[in-house]
Amino acid sequence: MLLELKDVHVHYGKVEALKGISITVDEGEIVTLIGANGAGKTTTLKTISGVRPVTSGSVTFRGDNITSLPGHRRVERGLSQAPEGRGIFPGMTVVENLEMGAYARRGSQRKEVPADFERVYQLFPRLAERRSQMGGTLSGGEQQMLAIGRALMARPQVLLLDEPSMGLAPKLVSQIFQIIREISAQGTTILLVEQNAVQALSLAHRAYVLESGLVVRSADAHSLLDDESVRAAYLGGAVGSGGSGGSGGSGGS
Amino acid sequence: MSPLAKLRGAMARARRAMPDIVGPVGRRWERLSQWQRRPFYVLALAIAVLAPANSVGRIMAPASDWKTILFNPIGVYILLALGLNVVVGLAGLLDLGYVAFFAVGAYTMATLATHRHWSFWLVLPIGIILAAFAGVILGAPTLRLRGDYLAIVTLGFGEIVRRIAINTNSLGGPRGISGIPHPPSIGHVKALTYGVLDPKPYYYLLLAMIVLVIFVGRRLERSRVGRSWQAVREDEDVAELMGVPSFKFKLWAFAIGASIGGMCGVIFASKQIAITPDNFPFLLSVLILAAVVLGGSGNIPGVILGAFLVAWLPEYLRDASFGKFVVRQVHHVLPRAGSFSDLRVLIFGGALVVMMIFRPEGLLPSRKRRAELAEGQGGMGSLGGTVVVPPPEESK
Ligand SMILES: Nc1ncnc2c1ncn2[C@@H]1O[C@H](COP(=O)(O)OP(=O)(O)OP(=O)(O)O)[C@@H](O)[C@H]1O
Ligand SMILES: [Mg+2]
Repeated sequence: MLLELKDVHVHYGKVEALKGISITVDEGEIVTLIGANGAGKTTTLKTISGVRPVTSGSVTFRGDNITSLPGHRRVERGLSQAPEGRGIFPGMTVVENLEMGAYARRGSQRKEVPADFERVYQLFPRLAERRSQMGGTLSGGEQQMLAIGRALMARPQVLLLDEPSMGLAPKLVSQIFQIIREISAQGTTILLVEQNAVQALSLAHRAYVLESGLVVRSADAHSLLDDESVRAAYLGGAVGSGGSGGSGGSGGS
Repeated sequence: MSPLAKLRGAMARARRAMPDIVGPVGRRWERLSQWQRRPFYVLALAIAVLAPANSVGRIMAPASDWKTILFNPIGVYILLALGLNVVVGLAGLLDLGYVAFFAVGAYTMATLATHRHWSFWLVLPIGIILAAFAGVILGAPTLRLRGDYLAIVTLGFGEIVRRIAINTNSLGGPRGISGIPHPPSIGHVKALTYGVLDPKPYYYLLLAMIVLVIFVGRRLERSRVGRSWQAVREDEDVAELMGVPSFKFKLWAFAIGASIGGMCGVIFASKQIAITPDNFPFLLSVLILAAVVLGGSGNIPGVILGAFLVAWLPEYLRDASFGKFVVRQVHHVLPRAGSFSDLRVLIFGGALVVMMIFRPEGLLPSRKRRAELAEGQGGMGSLGGTVVVPPPEESK
């Protein structure tokens, strides 16, 4: 097992955002987390990347317990995140942003950085055209590409993506998902958080459904895609027949 | 439409109507290579070296002693602003108690040189180290705070240091320390003979330190440290995601900024003969911060310009007919408003508000800073974060 969360509880002040989440990600997989707004998806990713401390529970990565390892040390271990809302450095150019992605790579690892620039430019030719443009002046879609590219510059073993399709035009969404598939094919394990559940489920191998800080379903992604209750709650497929929509449909696990 | 929206619209229109004089020059400057810039640096240094000349003084300060002003406040403010710029401009941390480090340096010089008779050149590094240490003491417990909270704690720290000075007998209490010796003279050159009367040697000492700080500052800014600061300033969480140990770098910024403040304090005390806690008021922290923000936080030429204006303008206007006119007008409305130096705070307050409306990035901003502000980011607590960026076009 590459990455494992065991009974993770996370609080914001007194509010318990994660109420005992257990998740595993295996080498080479694409795993997706889906769930309504406020379910705790972003919090889960932040807990994995270390910007949010856990109250209890453990995070294990490549066999090491990294629960109390500070966020900046986890990048060196091979965890890299493209954060929600992109988190581009607005005062840095595209090149400088990508360079920041390779920040944790030092010494002999630096040798491969130029090759990784090329790899990112191949995945996102648009970024190559805008090398010296300030991050803050890129369009939303370009910023999303930059966020993913920047996360790749760390050469992660596990790539954490938080809603990479947010706010993008439909055409760009399928393009981004195509690129995620490509990244996966090149050997990177991916944990994907998405609102766009249909696309995410058709891309992923396995999926977890989060609801108010708990995992309420975990299953093969394709089986969830065909599941009536999940469709009703997250895919908008059977809203007409479901009536109440919302949380009613997603009980079983 | 709400009055607030109207005001924002008016602000946006006013800002668009402002001709951008500095922008094109700045862009051209940024295109110059290191080598092409060198003549400008030499020219700037030449101006600084020739600045104490009497002929310059007749223009810049017709009614007061130009050389004295050139050392303090002008030189002192510039060095302090360069130090604070590391904290505010580079790392994006709002520090409202910066004067504390200036005080630590000055008191180090005053005690060690007066009581122990240590030479200035020995005290200088000690003062720098002690101030850096004070920066770490302040930073270690507080740098986990962000924005406004950090600002409040640092404000408190500045006041604590002053109170300690007032209440410690060995530091002279409220009367401070007097009889501080001057630096030993170097050779028999007049410009390097440190006495009571001539401020020029002290100015050159300060100038040398300013040049040193600029040189080191530029190096730092372009290094991995500088990039780490920029990342932390623009988005601390994301910086951490990239692998930047943000706490460590914030602490470094505090220590380096503090050491420059301490350096300035040692030099200040060595000329001063006597220092008292009153030399280190909260107002000084505010004025230095105003200089940094006014000039263009994060951009060294901007910060120098800002500090120069904040230091020089009040001195100049106090005697100029324009200044007298302003004071008379204010006295019509507020008969007990005081002299011009009392009013300068009011005037700076007004100037800062106007600046924040028309040019939140400062007089000479860096390109990076502009891009950050356009995003409403770039640290400095709420100073940078909540600058109102009006919508590009208001709806009718
Ligand atoms: N900084 C914070 N302070 C307080 N509460 C927070 C904070 N961040 C998140 N929360 C709360 O934690 C819960 C989980 O939030 P989280 O951001 O993880 O949701 P999410 O599943 O990513 O939602 P979305 O799909 O809208 O991005 C929510 O109830 C949210 O209000
Ligand atoms: Mg989220």
